[in-house]
Amino acid sequence: MSTTATVPLEPPPNREQLARLTHAVADFTRDELLWTSGYLAGLAATRAGAAVVPAAIPAEVAKSARTLLIGYGSQTGNAKRVAEGLHRQVTAAGITGRLVSLADYPPRQLKQETAVLFVVSTQGDGDPPEDAVPFFEFLQAANAPRLEKLKFGVLALGDSSYPYFCRTGQLLDERLIELGATRLLARVDCDLDFVVPAAAWSEQALKRAGESLRTQAPPRIVVVESAPKVTLEVEHPTLSAELLLNQKITGRASSKDVRHLEFGIDGGALLYQPGDGLAVLPLNPSPLVDTLLALLGATGNETVNGPRGPRGMRETLREDVELTLLNRQFLMAFQARANHPRLAEVLAPDQGDKFAAYLESNQVVDVLKLAPAILTPDEFIRLLRPLARRTYSIASSLLASPDEAHLLVAIVRDAHAGEIRYGAASNFLGDLAAGANVSLRLEANLNFHLPVDDNAPIIMIGPGTGVAPFRGFVAERAARGARGRNWLLFGERTQHEDFLYQLEWQKQLASGVLHRLDVAFSRDQTAKIYVQDRVREAARDLYAWLEDGAFLYVCGDAKHMAKDVHAALTAAIREAGDMTDEQARDYVQTLQRAGRYRRDVY
Amino acid sequence: MSTPLSPVEDIKLASRHLRGSLVESLADPLTGALRDDDTQLVKFHGIYQQDDRDLRNERRQQRLEPAYQFMIRARVPGGICTAAQWLAMDRIACTHANGTMRLTTRQTFQLHGVIKRRLKTTIAEINHALLDTLAACGDVNRNVMCSTLPAPVSARAEVTAFATALSDQLTPRTRAYHEIWLDQQPISNTAEELEPIYGDTYLPRKFKIGLAVPPDNDVDIYSQDLGFIAIIEHGQLAGFNVVAGGGMGMTHGEHATYPRLAETLGYCAKTEVLKVATAVVTTQRDFGDRTNRKHARLKYTVESMGLEAFRAEVETRAGVRLAPARDIHFTHTGDRFGWHVEAGSAHFTLFVESGRVTDVGAWRALTGLREIANAALADFHLTPNQNVVLANIAASNRSRVTEILTQHGLGTDRASQTRQLALACVGFPTCGLAMAESERYVADFVTRIDALFSDHGLPDAPVTLRITGCPNGCARPFLAEIALVGKAPGRYNLYLGAAFDGTRMNAPYREALNETEILEVLAPLVARYAAERESGEHFGDYLVRAGHVPAIVGGVAFAAAAQALAAGRGVAA
Repeated sequence: MSTTATVPLEPPPNREQLARLTHAVADFTRDELLWTSGYLAGLAATRAGAAVVPAAIPAEVAKSARTLLIGYGSQTGNAKRVAEGLHRQVTAAGITGRLVSLADYPPRQLKQETAVLFVVSTQGDGDPPEDAVPFFEFLQAANAPRLEKLKFGVLALGDSSYPYFCRTGQLLDERLIELGATRLLARVDCDLDFVVPAAAWSEQALKRAGESLRTQAPPRIVVVESAPKVTLEVEHPTLSAELLLNQKITGRASSKDVRHLEFGIDGGALLYQPGDGLAVLPLNPSPLVDTLLALLGATGNETVNGPRGPRGMRETLREDVELTLLNRQFLMAFQARANHPRLAEVLAPDQGDKFAAYLESNQVVDVLKLAPAILTPDEFIRLLRPLARRTYSIASSLLASPDEAHLLVAIVRDAHAGEIRYGAASNFLGDLAAGANVSLRLEANLNFHLPVDDNAPIIMIGPGTGVAPFRGFVAERAARGARGRNWLLFGERTQHEDFLYQLEWQKQLASGVLHRLDVAFSRDQTAKIYVQDRVREAARDLYAWLEDGAFLYVCGDAKHMAKDVHAALTAAIREAGDMTDEQARDYVQTLQRAGRYRRDVY
Repeated sequence: MSTPLSPVEDIKLASRHLRGSLVESLADPLTGALRDDDTQLVKFHGIYQQDDRDLRNERRQQRLEPAYQFMIRARVPGGICTAAQWLAMDRIACTHANGTMRLTTRQTFQLHGVIKRRLKTTIAEINHALLDTLAACGDVNRNVMCSTLPAPVSARAEVTAFATALSDQLTPRTRAYHEIWLDQQPISNTAEELEPIYGDTYLPRKFKIGLAVPPDNDVDIYSQDLGFIAIIEHGQLAGFNVVAGGGMGMTHGEHATYPRLAETLGYCAKTEVLKVATAVVTTQRDFGDRTNRKHARLKYTVESMGLEAFRAEVETRAGVRLAPARDIHFTHTGDRFGWHVEAGSAHFTLFVESGRVTDVGAWRALTGLREIANAALADFHLTPNQNVVLANIAASNRSRVTEILTQHGLGTDRASQTRQLALACVGFPTCGLAMAESERYVADFVTRIDALFSDHGLPDAPVTLRITGCPNGCARPFLAEIALVGKAPGRYNLYLGAAFDGTRMNAPYREALNETEILEVLAPLVARYAAERESGEHFGDYLVRAGHVPAIVGGVAFAAAAQALAAGRGVAA
């Protein structure tokens, strides 16, 4: 079968290159070859800034009215995988399809398109995926072009435990209509269990897009009578890993309990790169399960129909359902039975802020307390979502620590109205002893890998547990013998108690592997000092590094830190580069477009 | 001989009169420690870098550097300070340090647990209280000690004035201290700055001066590098017997090192004290061993030069001929506790266990003394034995002081005599040299010793008992009738048989014993002491007379005894 993709990502290798490649992989097993293909894809992604710039798209393709564009905005890779599956589907159906990341797609081109299917995810506080931000900013601008010719569909991915569930997809869907475009089909919002609804939407979208394109250019379209069933390869396999070390790495007097966890892994089965994440399947805290059973008047021995079918109530609560994250569907379903004034208040239309605040500070148990007696155990279980994996950035490098993966986990244990609130995954991990086995799944984070060029300088801004991937970065660059300079900016509350990995950074500075470390300890002086203050102070050096081609990485809190750092960065560039506000903003956008300003924020 | 100089000599020489890179070290935000070289220099500023050793292993696992913190030692000549100065140190201790004050065996304050970020403020505030810390540690003359009130002498004020004069005379002249801690203008050319007495590399090692007023030997005059023993004639201070070459520190297993008592050089008139002291200091500066810091104290210089040659060198440098020493008699050691009333005023000596001024249960010294200082009811004189004298209390204020002391559980129940005499260094968890517990252990050990003597029909027998965590000797252990010197956690070398009055050292007796073994070894000795002692005979004197331990005369003899013990040949009496 010949490919119908019309934009080769790279020129094919010449004969000599091909020979070298063949030689290099001659003794690879099947699994190794499969891994290598992913590795090369990763390499390609990190070179994307250079490879898929607007100029590289042939004009006739861009202008083609008969091409179905599939655009994805992906943070964790899920949206990308759905889009890839859809693209295969489109190709198999004989439609000329073009798969692009919105990070690489020049938004001005949109007014030439006639059919586009978008698969976009929503991050943190309702934000688009990091690298797609410029695309969405362009669309939201007052001078965005009219899109009268465009027919489109939107598949939105999200997580309903966040207040602005699927907001990026919703905004895109609404904005395109405002700009004069027409829907091919209704938007579908997918929660964490997106596989089934995404497949259904894909099937529907393929059909509608086919119809649409055929109307425009009937001779060119081959309609396949029976399209193969849409299948989506969206998940890496899970594997069970042994916990080797669970070490608190904040001091005794720290206000935080942060753990360094080391897992023994089969390096062949879990080939990660620094920047990738591991998704952990937790168990719910036993005290919480007991509290819920008591509230429901249940013994725990009841048989209920949870996500894994009929099981005991206690096992289901502990292992199968989401208890620590609230979502709108649960609240609405619960309210349908409870009709409680408090819930009525937060669920009222136009109460976005109240709703967001409620989600943030309450768990399932709090809702149940409002009306404990109205549900049977089985009814209650049916309202709950399946227990979701939690992803943590990997804090190690396979090159430096073969057959190990390290995580940095802050134990979430807050007092709430006189009771302790547990974060499910962090407490699950924190309570584990060495020797325990944990189910892990690799979550590739292609947007957050090291530059391929070992000579490129990198600037890493990672306060708190946001420093995790940078521990992997520095270890990886050291193990590779990379020549590029490494500059880390770290922040926490106190130097004495909270300086995560202090000894390691000190050693790496002394050995010359880490070239610069700026720290901000907010509580060590009267005035609070944060990493963004250090960014401003270091404006001149920061700008000089960027001018030298540095890649800038930010990891950590999305709500405040990432925004403050972004503002500080823009201000620093404006000041050091002697620019106007607009020039500084353009400079930052150019960095983003070139893949030199990458964020992993949550 | 071409033995290389000790590395610390290079650091001193390169330091531009103790400046080093202290400013940069203090500003480094990535560590709570100073640069290695600066940890040597900062001692001259009265500061030791330490870490909380209780947390050392835990923090290593936490991938955190050790819990670095600093000990700050003030310079308080003769231990004399005002109520305002006491209040200031109290406030600083509670604001920047660990909330307690430690009174030392050299009559000064130590603050513990000050972190680097607060170091500069702490030093500045101490100076603001008209105290300082310059030369409280380091290879210079340290805090000058002086017999404290209520030494029964009419010329007391004059002797005390000599402590201050000696301290002033021998204070380094560098402006580094004022530049680094007090933000004074840096001098433009440190090459032109002069250290007229010390020179650019200061002394080879620490140097200690004390003044004693017989019959009290509270300052352990023979443990000092240089001692002045006041000669009072017709109620007036005439001059001093000069003794030199004492020192406690040694190193386990290095038999070229030993504690040593000062030897008498002769008598000098009071007008010649500063000249003689300066001559001794410069002789040590020029003749002391700068190749090996474990062999660098004045005691080794005197030993290697010979007493006569040393005296001649001092006399030449001072331009003073020392007369034959006068007769002196010490009959008392330690402090005189409780009330002492003189015409017009009174003094109260308060027992402070291990010198730790704190509030523990009903015993609330920190709060009680603060109240007395707040009301300016007394001066505060720190004693050579980790206690404090509330001095110069007006007759009309006595009842008020008594009331405050009683309210805070102070000075009401008398501790046993052995407990009152006991000394312990700070040791764990802050001292980097400690090998075994000292301050945190001494109270329990005294209880065991009191019980032992009591079991043999000698309740409240006064015994000098001292514990140090290492053989460096901060609590002057080699002058105790019973001394424990740390060897390993829970294990001590046992030394026995010093003179109660501090005129004879003890002898090495057993090595590396745990508590049970120590008590087993002591039990038969105490039993025989109870049975065989002469009237008024002290435990240490009995042990020597009865031949249980040899009478050690001289550091070399001590070292030989230690070596014999280590070689398993026991102690020949």
